[in-house]
Amino acid sequence: MLSKRIIPCLDVRNKRVTKGVKFQNNVELGDPIEMAVAYSDGGCDELVFYDITASAERRPIDIEMVREIANVVHIPFAVGGGIEKLEDMRRVLLAGAEKISVNSLAVRNPRIIAEGAREFGSQCIVLGMDPVRVDDREKFPSGYEITTRGFRERTGMDALAWAKKAEDMGAGEIVVNSVDADGTREGFELNLTEMIAVNVGIPVVASGGAGTCQHLVDVFTEGKADAAIIASMIHTGQFTIRQIKDELITSGICIRQKW
Amino acid sequence: MITIVDYKAGNLTSVRLAFEHIGFEVRITQEPDEILDAERVVFPGVGAAGAAMDNLRQLGLIEPLKQVVARKVPFLGICIGMQLLFDLSEEDGGTDCLGLIAGTVKQFRPADPMCKIPQMGWNTVSMVNAHPLFEGIEDNSEFYFVHSYYPAPPEQGVIIGQTDYADVVFASAAAKGNIVSTQFHPERSGRIGLKLLENFCRWDGKC
Repeated sequence: MLSKRIIPCLDVRNKRVTKGVKFQNNVELGDPIEMAVAYSDGGCDELVFYDITASAERRPIDIEMVREIANVVHIPFAVGGGIEKLEDMRRVLLAGAEKISVNSLAVRNPRIIAEGAREFGSQCIVLGMDPVRVDDREKFPSGYEITTRGFRERTGMDALAWAKKAEDMGAGEIVVNSVDADGTREGFELNLTEMIAVNVGIPVVASGGAGTCQHLVDVFTEGKADAAIIASMIHTGQFTIRQIKDELITSGICIRQKW
Repeated sequence: MITIVDYKAGNLTSVRLAFEHIGFEVRITQEPDEILDAERVVFPGVGAAGAAMDNLRQLGLIEPLKQVVARKVPFLGICIGMQLLFDLSEEDGGTDCLGLIAGTVKQFRPADPMCKIPQMGWNTVSMVNAHPLFEGIEDNSEFYFVHSYYPAPPEQGVIIGQTDYADVVFASAAAKGNIVSTQFHPERSGRIGLKLLENFCRWDGKC
């Protein structure tokens, strides 16, 4: 049986891993390469790196960092941030990344999903989305609106409609990062995750809110996620991946046990 | 020296880095001559079977690949590189492949809509017909998969690893003479995947 995936997320700013709450108040946590090796050796199933200041600083993604990671990590990893065009995607993939995550770029230019999928294959193209809960059900039937630029900008797009469109355009996977739950460690937003997961045919990765092992159990069962992103709960050293996986196995979740 | 065949079917960086990490020199090439005189061949790739076969045809690599296999050098197909070894793929309305191993490559058609296609992630490989490729690797170890089609060889003897997904138990690793092949990506499968690649590098091409 296919295992559920546990994916540590490393937000990188000025070559250091940081973590904020609801995309703000970032604190520094460590060296991305050292952390990537530690998590990979520790049994994570995949990794994701976001160059979180690349877009704001209007510079391309830190390709040297991608190369360094690829040299030491032999599990799949995705990279996001500072991707503006097809050529940026090519550079990241040639540097050794398995997947590219597009978020704001895809909102501005949805065709990039189709172009990337055609050029490199759907399995490379991950749509990252940052939905926020809204009350206006007429305008947003799913109850969630897509935001970009770390919650700073609203797009007027419905989260579920966007997920379906991205799938149609050739995205291979969708990361659903709940703005409301991000960094709270109070649990994933299960309704949101489940709604997207049952309505698209591609894998859905839940993100935002992981604080305990039970949160992960919930998102894999009730939330129907194929994978889950974790950050604070391991960055702080509160849990190791081994501990998390042992708990999940005890709860009957299918998880990769040996590495 | 490991010769990695570059036929414009995806990114070869991770394959190259994995072999370099375990201490083997690699040469990435699309030159027929360099494939013909290779001492060990890796045939990787991602993407669709139709486009992949078109590329091989355009690059003039079909005959060199068949000839180097006939020379009995150790040969490893990975992912689409495994699928192309069979007679036929259902992909792209039916694609004639290299015919080096008998059988068809079929599309996953799960009854359960929650069973996502492609299969993307880690799944177990149960070993059948013991093979040097899996030496020192525990039965039911997990490897990283990304695919929508699966090899279905009629002859059970060529299957060396099996995996369960989307209502089928399929051949996730197959071997015939000096050919070995994996549907999964050993280069993305962590320490265990690297061990498999090392086994391939040390294998003499005989069973």
